[in-house]
Amino acid sequence: MTNKNIKKNVLLIFSKEVMYKPIIYRLAADFKIIFNVLEAKIFPRQEGRLILQLEGTQVQIKQALEYLKKEGVKIEILAEKIKRDENSCVHCGACLAVCRSDALYLDKETSKVVFCAEKCVACGLCELVCPVKAVMTASIEMEV
Amino acid sequence: MQQDIGVKRSIEEINQKIKQGKAVVVTAEEMVDIVKEDGVKGAFKKVDVVTTGTFGVMCSSGAFINFGHTRPKIKASKVWFNDVEAYAGVAAVDCYLGATQVQEDDPLNKVHPGRFKYGGGHVIEDLIAGRQVRFRAKAYGTDCYPSKEYESIITINDLRDAFLYNPRNAYQNYNCAVNLSKKTIYTYMGVLRPNLGNATYSTSGQLSPLLNDPFYWTIGVGTKIFLGGSIGVVTWRGTQHNPDVLRGENGIVKEGAGTIAVTGDMKQMSSRYIRGVSMLGYGCSMMVGIGIPIPIINEEMAYFTGQSDADIFCQVVDYGIDYPNAIDRSLGEVSYQELKSGKIKIMGKEVPTSPLSSYFMAKEIAGNLKDWILRHKFTLGVPQVYFPTVEFKGVVE
Ligand code: SF4
Ligand code: SF4
Repeated sequence: MTNKNIKKNVLLIFSKEVMYKPIIYRLAADFKIIFNVLEAKIFPRQEGRLILQLEGTQVQIKQALEYLKKEGVKIEILAEKIKRDENSCVHCGACLAVCRSDALYLDKETSKVVFCAEKCVACGLCELVCPVKAVMTASIEMEV
Repeated sequence: MQQDIGVKRSIEEINQKIKQGKAVVVTAEEMVDIVKEDGVKGAFKKVDVVTTGTFGVMCSSGAFINFGHTRPKIKASKVWFNDVEAYAGVAAVDCYLGATQVQEDDPLNKVHPGRFKYGGGHVIEDLIAGRQVRFRAKAYGTDCYPSKEYESIITINDLRDAFLYNPRNAYQNYNCAVNLSKKTIYTYMGVLRPNLGNATYSTSGQLSPLLNDPFYWTIGVGTKIFLGGSIGVVTWRGTQHNPDVLRGENGIVKEGAGTIAVTGDMKQMSSRYIRGVSMLGYGCSMMVGIGIPIPIINEEMAYFTGQSDADIFCQVVDYGIDYPNAIDRSLGEVSYQELKSGKIKIMGKEVPTSPLSSYFMAKEIAGNLKDWILRHKFTLGVPQVYFPTVEFKGVVE
């Protein structure tokens, strides 16, 4: 394993039991993780949802996630939440208008719309606008 | 009637060269560089045909379908494919399936913005892909056509004929869309965020078929084209065709202008180039892949096809307030080079841009067409009827 810093976007789901416990600050204090809050949503008295970008070494991130799990936080790695069917995508660009993280961009060389899973925050907007339904995602919204 | 445009190399001559394997064929993208290097005269001498391409949502598309006679016979007055209604008032077993027709029981925009999951465009894609489709017909019954109801699972092979017939495709240029209102809007130009939050555009610019033949000197009824992966033909000018619009000194239109009606055999097409689409909050439609070979019949045509994204402009239009209220106003003019840079400046504000039509697929289509001509000796159609046009006043040096 290398000591190079990597970035990972995660969705943390705090059930009402752990929702008000001081947990997040320890990511920085104990695990030396640099984190960025990308999105947060509180469903009062039900659960809290937080999308964080974690930055640290492989080992630091792994340990931090293990700690969160131990505290009862549910973790979703966002790079795995969104899938694009490469055979179906026609590289039209309709999704570019709604993506607010830099997860989708137009490659000027190939004229293809590139999807970079690492930067995705799984907001689900590209799924909504994709005219040919090439994208499948789960999002920060609670599923009913 | 075609004006005298001084043809120096006829389509027949070019076809001879194609048959002998001597024709020089390049894509419109490649032509830009050739004209830059060799000049217009040099490019005219060198190049016989320039291929173009476009792939995007094209409303005003659909299919004429003859579903064949049932036993006992039926004179259908209403028909559905996967619960998408087609217009049956054509003949006993003929109908027209429109791309924007939405499946029955779709909630439409009741919960805005609606999803419009399935429609006529999807049926056409499914048929072309060889997938199964549920067909239903109803009739009042006559002595010669007694049956009143018919239902069956079919594929395209069960249909006697399935012709794509699109009354208006390949718009020659189109608006760049923005939103000056205070709320997000869901349009056929995609999602537009409030207060000039973003801008969308929808042509393939320098690769676009009709932008390469701005006065329709070589495209007319009878022009053979790439349509949905197989050979199609231009059958008439498209609806709303209008040559009389704002043009630059280079002759190229700066707003929506010419259009074409096209036809082709769905049984020969590929679902890679015909896709059903759902546009959030707007409705169903279809993406169509079209490519047109442009014969370089004179120096002017070399000049036109050599124009690049930097030389092609379109109007920025507000879809928040102006467009829905039929207020004809342009917020400014931008080139396709600017649009493709990722941001443009409108009313002093920097606005991010994104396309709606696929340049990637447009390039692929122009490349395919080049291949057809070079390898499979695909010859060019000679227009039998020309479209209404205006005079080119420029001088090409
Ligand atoms: S909107 Fe869909 S088809 Fe178009 S580029 Fe994005 S993912 Fe691909
Ligand atoms: S879900 Fe789609 S729109 Fe949202 S961040 Fe990921 S790629 Fe961008």
